[in-house]
Amino acid sequence: MGRGSKVFDVLNAVFLLGLGAITVLPLLYVLAGSFASESEIESRHFFLWPEKFVTTTYDYIFGTDTFLRALLTTVAVTAVGTLIQVALTLTMAYPLSKSYLPGRTLALNLVIFTLVFSGGMIPTYLVVRDLGLLDSYWALVLPLAINPFYLIIVKTFFQALPEALEEAARIDGAGDLTVFLRIVLPLSKPVIATFSLFYAVAIWNDYTSPLLYLSDSHKWTLQMLVRQLTAPDADSANVLESLQGYAFPEQGVKFAVIVIATVPILLFYPFLQKHFAKGVLIGSVKE
Amino acid sequence: MATELAPRQAPVESPPAPPARRIWRHGWLYLMVLPGLAYFLIFRYWPMYGLTIAFKDYLPFLGYSGSPWVGLKHFEELLTGPDFARIMVNTLILALLTLLFVFPAPIVVAVLLNEVRHSVLKRSVQSLIYIPHFLSWTIVASLTYVLFSVDYGVIAQAIHAVVGGRPVDYVAQEAWFRPIIVLQSLWKQTGWGTIVYLAALAGVDTQLYEAARVDGAGRWRQFWHITLPGIRPALVVMAVLTSGQLLDTGFEQIWLMTTSLNRSVADVFDTYVYQVGITQGGYSYATAVGLFKAVIGVLLIFGTNWLAKRLGERGLY
Repeated sequence: MGRGSKVFDVLNAVFLLGLGAITVLPLLYVLAGSFASESEIESRHFFLWPEKFVTTTYDYIFGTDTFLRALLTTVAVTAVGTLIQVALTLTMAYPLSKSYLPGRTLALNLVIFTLVFSGGMIPTYLVVRDLGLLDSYWALVLPLAINPFYLIIVKTFFQALPEALEEAARIDGAGDLTVFLRIVLPLSKPVIATFSLFYAVAIWNDYTSPLLYLSDSHKWTLQMLVRQLTAPDADSANVLESLQGYAFPEQGVKFAVIVIATVPILLFYPFLQKHFAKGVLIGSVKE
Repeated sequence: MATELAPRQAPVESPPAPPARRIWRHGWLYLMVLPGLAYFLIFRYWPMYGLTIAFKDYLPFLGYSGSPWVGLKHFEELLTGPDFARIMVNTLILALLTLLFVFPAPIVVAVLLNEVRHSVLKRSVQSLIYIPHFLSWTIVASLTYVLFSVDYGVIAQAIHAVVGGRPVDYVAQEAWFRPIIVLQSLWKQTGWGTIVYLAALAGVDTQLYEAARVDGAGRWRQFWHITLPGIRPALVVMAVLTSGQLLDTGFEQIWLMTTSLNRSVADVFDTYVYQVGITQGGYSYATAVGLFKAVIGVLLIFGTNWLAKRLGERGLY
């Protein structure tokens, strides 16, 4: 290897590390800022460690009903929603993986077409409205209940399972349902884990659905609250009810809600990464 | 094996039973598919039927079928209306900027990552740059507002400290809207975008590199003659896919960065549909706008694919 090659390696490493730093520094700054006092945020420039470690901002927002309600709502909707979405995806994907089923091709084409074309925002909104789901938490879960991409990947995974295992169970007298519950599902734990995480992240992060379907501010999810508190024209002191005897930490609140909405994702990130790194999501769509 | 192979037992499924019998025998499978099928019919196909209101004057109390047909009235209104030029131009400029900056960025980073021999370094960088993909646009927008705010934003202050002059309100000014959108997209999607290209790079035959080294090719020539041709199919597929989404500016990202001050550059098809449809209740007109955009998207994807094939690539289908 020549000298030029060495120089390139060093420059390349520096550039890539810089890229990594640009990615995480904003997050680390916001984390540090959420534990700093108002005056420190306003007076200091960039910092990664607060001079004085305080939790006044968190005390404040966890003391308000608005915030607690949004947090609990989001956790509950994410948990129940993920359960429903994963259940629907698995139960639909399994029959679709059986090529001998009459009607399977039609159902599969029905699914694939939705990858190319959709009714769009307004017609979907009207369906949700006609079903009476406006201002209902179901509107955050049901319209996105099955991601057709995930469905097809899970179907392809089921197809790749060794048929001999299922056959053996059938010879022992097991029906389709028993085979699915006792043989197929236990073999699919990694896939179920992966798509549970992906569905959960999608619900947790969703802003469009609550914006479209929830007009009652008491039903806001965390993402809505984050938006209301950080928007440039936000009247954040009025979004969160003011607490008696506390000064409203206007800047700190912005930092803290960003942290709270981000931390759960970062906690699950190592698990997410473990699976997508294996290429679960790529290249398995084609039959 | 010592024993004679026994004649194969007839498989359970054969000979193929008549369809009715097979359906009956697999009743459970059909029951299992029903909830999912119902989902697709209700939330994916019913809205497609709802697209008919783009050609009607939809009135809620008359319903889809009862509302009167008006032909292409809403499309004419869109094309001749005062908003069309602004929305089209804004959408196209953002699409162009995406093609210029956001599309090539993951390719460059993937190639650079691929050159890293040190696997710990490579994996650490990857772990870091994938993170933003999983954060919501709300978080990205909020970070932008916090970091670029004219009062206490650290980035705004840092730029001000270097450049001097009067402090600039980056998130409010029209001139900074597009650069900030591009920066956000780069920050959020570049890392994740590398995965496709890294997979393609991993598929390049290492023997080719060895042969090239024996022939005395340096790293640059290896890149030019082996790496680049190796990832070209992935590149073409991604280009075709991207072109199909050119008009999809991403509703959430744009909407979250739209303020009362930057409307003239921020309004794009996706946010316009929301404004005229949901905010103002013009369901039929907004549906027509959405349909117009979707049709152009489909045409673009067919067009680019046709072009890719004409150029001798494999294309998407």
